[in-house]
Amino acid sequence: MAFLQIKNVAIVGMAAGVPKQVMPTISTTSKYGAEDFIATTGIAEKRYSNDYTTSDLGQAAVEQLIADLSWDKKDVGALIFVSQTPDYILPATSCVLQNKLGFSKDCYSLDISLGCSGWVYGMSVASSLMQTGMIKKAILIAGDARKQCYEEADQLFGFAATATALEYQEGAEGFQFHFGTDGSGYDAIIKPVGGTRNQVTAEDLIPKMCEDGRMRHNFQTQMKGMDVFAFGITTAPKSIKKLLAEYCLEMDDMDYFVFHQANKMMNEKIRTKLKLPEEKVPYSMTHFGNTSSASIPITIVTQLKDRLACGKKTNFIGCGFGVGLSWGTIHFVTDNIVISNLVEL
Amino acid sequence: MEIKEFIENFAAQFDDTDASVFTPETVFHELDEYSSLIALSIIAMVDEEYDVTLKGDDMRAAVTIQDLFNTVKAKAE
Repeated sequence: MAFLQIKNVAIVGMAAGVPKQVMPTISTTSKYGAEDFIATTGIAEKRYSNDYTTSDLGQAAVEQLIADLSWDKKDVGALIFVSQTPDYILPATSCVLQNKLGFSKDCYSLDISLGCSGWVYGMSVASSLMQTGMIKKAILIAGDARKQCYEEADQLFGFAATATALEYQEGAEGFQFHFGTDGSGYDAIIKPVGGTRNQVTAEDLIPKMCEDGRMRHNFQTQMKGMDVFAFGITTAPKSIKKLLAEYCLEMDDMDYFVFHQANKMMNEKIRTKLKLPEEKVPYSMTHFGNTSSASIPITIVTQLKDRLACGKKTNFIGCGFGVGLSWGTIHFVTDNIVISNLVEL
Repeated sequence: MEIKEFIENFAAQFDDTDASVFTPETVFHELDEYSSLIALSIIAMVDEEYDVTLKGDDMRAAVTIQDLFNTVKAKAE
């Protein structure tokens, strides 16, 4: 059973970096108009610009967060970068960022290649490293941005990178996690070429008409929408219930349930299956789209900043699910955390 | 698990198609209103009512409503 409990570590701050450029939802297929798409997905607009990489957005978010926390950069002992849009195939983007951010060379740096579940996994890795107190401060960057080559503007995905600051605090309640993986669905969301399994040829870059009426080439992400939908609505509620049961947590004691922002139809199905009131389930997808591994923290940064400023302890369930197929659920408590203003590039 | 009830649940996912259109023999992919969004609603309905997870291939392989009912029934057992 993939449960995990980490104590003595706390989230002390969060920030999110996005492109300034807003792209409203438009229709890209004759099958649906933009209004139908917005009604179903809940995505009215998203941030989209090919001028910045994930690491550019992440770096800006980290700089802002560190300034707001008044941290000394040399104290950051670990930098975890969760993304499926790294700067290079190699080296790891976390290594590049260690230098760009001016972090100490005594810094543990690691990339994690996960999408929608990635922030939860990143939290487990960062907090596991810290729980003995040898690393006192860590930064977790999570997000995705920038296309690798020309493709039709995607209506579902927005670009964002988030920064989460973690601190070793003796006696802190820490986090509880539940994780799962189902690699039989590896091709439910896949970029088929570009790795070593299927190497890129010139032909792979020629867009072809797909079943859903959209043009795509092999060097861009392809999704089996029905399979992903069925996976999300069944797996997310089960994972949340398992976590609550394992650690004797009560659904009613949770203040917020922050889900990966897949799309409104899927998220509403998950919310109603769990019988959760709307006010406990914030959405950022309306203005930021599906932001992959950034979606849980960006929802907190953009939707809950004011409500968390009141200084009372707040119980969260975060649940990420998607590409892999991979999923993770976390319970965490925030108490006076610093949330930076949205960083726009 | 009854086909009559399954057809009622199936028909409830459509807004504009008259309920009388839906029979076990209905070739649902050919209905004007059928779309990938309706397919998602059907997947959600089957998950909720029968605790069965349908995949895209299950939806594509079923020609008639009876076919889909048979798939759900087989997965439920």
